[in-house]
Amino acid sequence: MSNQPEELPVWSCASCGKPLEVVKVAFTYMKGNFEVPLQACPACGLVMIPEELAMGKMAEAERILEDK
Amino acid sequence: MEKSELQEWEYKCIQEEPPQCTAGCPIHVDARLFVRQVGLGALDEAFKTLSKTMPFPKIVGRICDHPCEPLCKRSDAGEPISIGALERACIETTREKVKGVMLPRKKLRVAVIGSGLSSLTVAWDLLRKGYLITLFEPEERLGGSLWEYPETILPPHVITEELSLLESLGAVITLSAEVGRDDFITGIHGEFDAVYVGLDTPGLNLHALAQDGEGMTWVEPLTLATSLKGLFAGGERRKDGLLSPISEVFAGRRAATSIDRYAMNVSMDSGRDHEGPFATRLYTNIEGIEPLPHVVPGDQVHGYSADEAVREAGRCIQCECMECVKVCLYLDRYKGYPKKYARQVFNNEKVIFGSARTKNQFVNSCSTCGLCETVCPNDFFMGDLCLQARRTMVENNFMPLSFHEFALQDMAHSNGERFDLCRHEPGLEESAWLYFPSCQLCATSPGEVPASYRYLRERLAGGVGIMLRCCGAPAFWAGRDDLFREALEAVRREWERMGRPRVITACSTCRSIFQDHFPEMETRTLWKTLEEIGLPNGKVSPALSGEGRTVAVADPCITRHDRETQQSVRRIAKSLGFAIEDLPLSGEKPECCGYGGLMYNADPRLARELITHRTTKMEQPDTAYYRTTVSDHDYLAYCAMCRDNLAAAGKRTTHLIELLFPNVDGADPAGRGWISWSERRRNRAMVKDAILTELCEKGGSSLEEYENIVLEMSEEVRRRIDDRRILEDDIRKVINHAEQSGKRLQNAGTGHFLAYLQSENVTFWVEYSPADNGFSVHNAYCHRMNIVGVKQ
Repeated sequence: MSNQPEELPVWSCASCGKPLEVVKVAFTYMKGNFEVPLQACPACGLVMIPEELAMGKMAEAERILEDK
Repeated sequence: MEKSELQEWEYKCIQEEPPQCTAGCPIHVDARLFVRQVGLGALDEAFKTLSKTMPFPKIVGRICDHPCEPLCKRSDAGEPISIGALERACIETTREKVKGVMLPRKKLRVAVIGSGLSSLTVAWDLLRKGYLITLFEPEERLGGSLWEYPETILPPHVITEELSLLESLGAVITLSAEVGRDDFITGIHGEFDAVYVGLDTPGLNLHALAQDGEGMTWVEPLTLATSLKGLFAGGERRKDGLLSPISEVFAGRRAATSIDRYAMNVSMDSGRDHEGPFATRLYTNIEGIEPLPHVVPGDQVHGYSADEAVREAGRCIQCECMECVKVCLYLDRYKGYPKKYARQVFNNEKVIFGSARTKNQFVNSCSTCGLCETVCPNDFFMGDLCLQARRTMVENNFMPLSFHEFALQDMAHSNGERFDLCRHEPGLEESAWLYFPSCQLCATSPGEVPASYRYLRERLAGGVGIMLRCCGAPAFWAGRDDLFREALEAVRREWERMGRPRVITACSTCRSIFQDHFPEMETRTLWKTLEEIGLPNGKVSPALSGEGRTVAVADPCITRHDRETQQSVRRIAKSLGFAIEDLPLSGEKPECCGYGGLMYNADPRLARELITHRTTKMEQPDTAYYRTTVSDHDYLAYCAMCRDNLAAAGKRTTHLIELLFPNVDGADPAGRGWISWSERRRNRAMVKDAILTELCEKGGSSLEEYENIVLEMSEEVRRRIDDRRILEDDIRKVINHAEQSGKRLQNAGTGHFLAYLQSENVTFWVEYSPADNGFSVHNAYCHRMNIVGVKQ
């Protein structure tokens, strides 16, 4: 699972007013831990998971982990 | 599942049993594969198939008396496949040569007396197993009675060439052996580790062997052992003097097996039940197979040309069972059949913790509808297998939450304060009857359910109470015995409190659950009750009466053993003026709509495909075995989930209750279309409120603040989020959280906000913007992975 955004972020953090930057975001699921480069607010850490990732690779990884 | 249980399951499925031709062949030639290969024009491959089991195939294939043919299932639709003639055509065409593959040489010496087909087979089989073979033949050439065949059938050069294989494999051949000498048999018996005597050998002196009552050499039928230890015998001519080449080969094969067992000092008789011809358990349905006669060869003397052979082989129906797979998309999609699946389920359960359990989704995708059991000659019920496996997964903590969580939450909603209700008839303190309309019918017919309740109260004496709850079926399907017992116990408590009334069910699943798990409760269907008390005549609006229109009745899968209910529904529809069409899969064979067994939750894609197959005619099937027939007529359902799923797939479908208790005059219920999971919950709450209003009790349970948020969204977005099992309340919670906390992202281009919130095990994302009265929802999606946070 990886997601390297190629274009500059169009999303910014509404409360901090800062444009998002690519950072490492940690996830857990079914006893598994992952780190994925994703856009997030550099100030408050609010992350951005795009639809394609959530319904695509994340869903796929969830399915694989559920079969373990 | 224990190993013995697996074996019981496996035994039930007969798909792997051999076809009639193979089972009836004394040496079990894989005739089905052979004929298929001939049909494909793959004659060299076909020859290899023969060579696997047939000794000297270029000889035996020409003269075999083919006992397979009278057994061929093609006889039931035309004439049997000419397997014998196809063997001959294959042998005469192929350039493949027989190869003598051998195991490492043993030091054991075996004498074979005679060179008729039985003796030749013993020599061939044992040579290939590495025995040292010495063959004693009284004549000056090998082959015995093989030389009696006309040249057109068995050319002499074929005999010579094929039998030369024995020497090339290292057999020692002694011709002109003095088999008539008094001490011949005893001498050889003393010299070799084991001996085979071909009883068709001319001039044999057999006085050393005991005889049976008829003066023939006594042999033990299973092993062909004689009175001399280590000496085996067989291969006599038939009593009528005719030759049965394949029986001679079989005698040789049987003796070779015995000699090998004798020499290896293992059991002589265990596991030999299926040697020789036996009756197979394989079932093959020939319904719909067009009868076809033999292909007649142009050249009667030399038999089929290669082309003719391909055509004749093309008639083979390739016997197999697959009855269940033909009627089940789920079984078809996983590319196997129940015997295979039982093994997979067993393996899935037994894997050591940490390795892949690749069949979790498979186990949880079966609708448990029971159609497989109905069509299976041995009553194999996948649903039972899968439900057992699900309970084991739950017990061992291996059940992924995602497979059932949404359905179990929906059940919790039905058994929570928004729907749960149990009351006597307004103004009464007792109930002779209790109406149990079901959570899913209330979810889709919130107007019709209270109307039907009012009608029951008008017509039935002694008080008609009502219970709004879920029967617990989703928990049963999910393998959650704990939740299932809890749900059932709640129904029992309330039923007892109401004075154990007779229960009227409007959902066949609820009734089935009660009948199976709660037998002391007397139940009857709403439909049967309405027939008894009289239909609400005169209330059916003219627009809804059938006026001779035809509807195809979509029986719910749960009614397959409930003919009474199926007939009741048909009678009611007829009395409303409809003509009835029975779908091919109706009566005891209805399919599931994808809701049963929680297929829609564990494998939403499969459930969608299933309902598409049930509602859309396909020019080109995208399945291996599964075929459905779709009717052009509107469907009439009497299961709420069938109605909703069929309608969601675009099929005009009406629920019977919509015809009997029309909500809106002049409406077209078949055109109502799909409804969302959010609407279903709202509808349930509406039914509860309607009943409470009639009871003059206060309805409308208190709303959470976020529930007042007004959402606007397009039909496309509504459908998309529903497919993703996202409720409007999930969206409200996210927006409420984002607006209150300020935690939201904003898109520089569109100005839309994007926010997320984890609710129980799912994180919901909503893209939205403020609107006049509330918020416009542009998109929503979700995932189950937990966001821990940004790594520093």
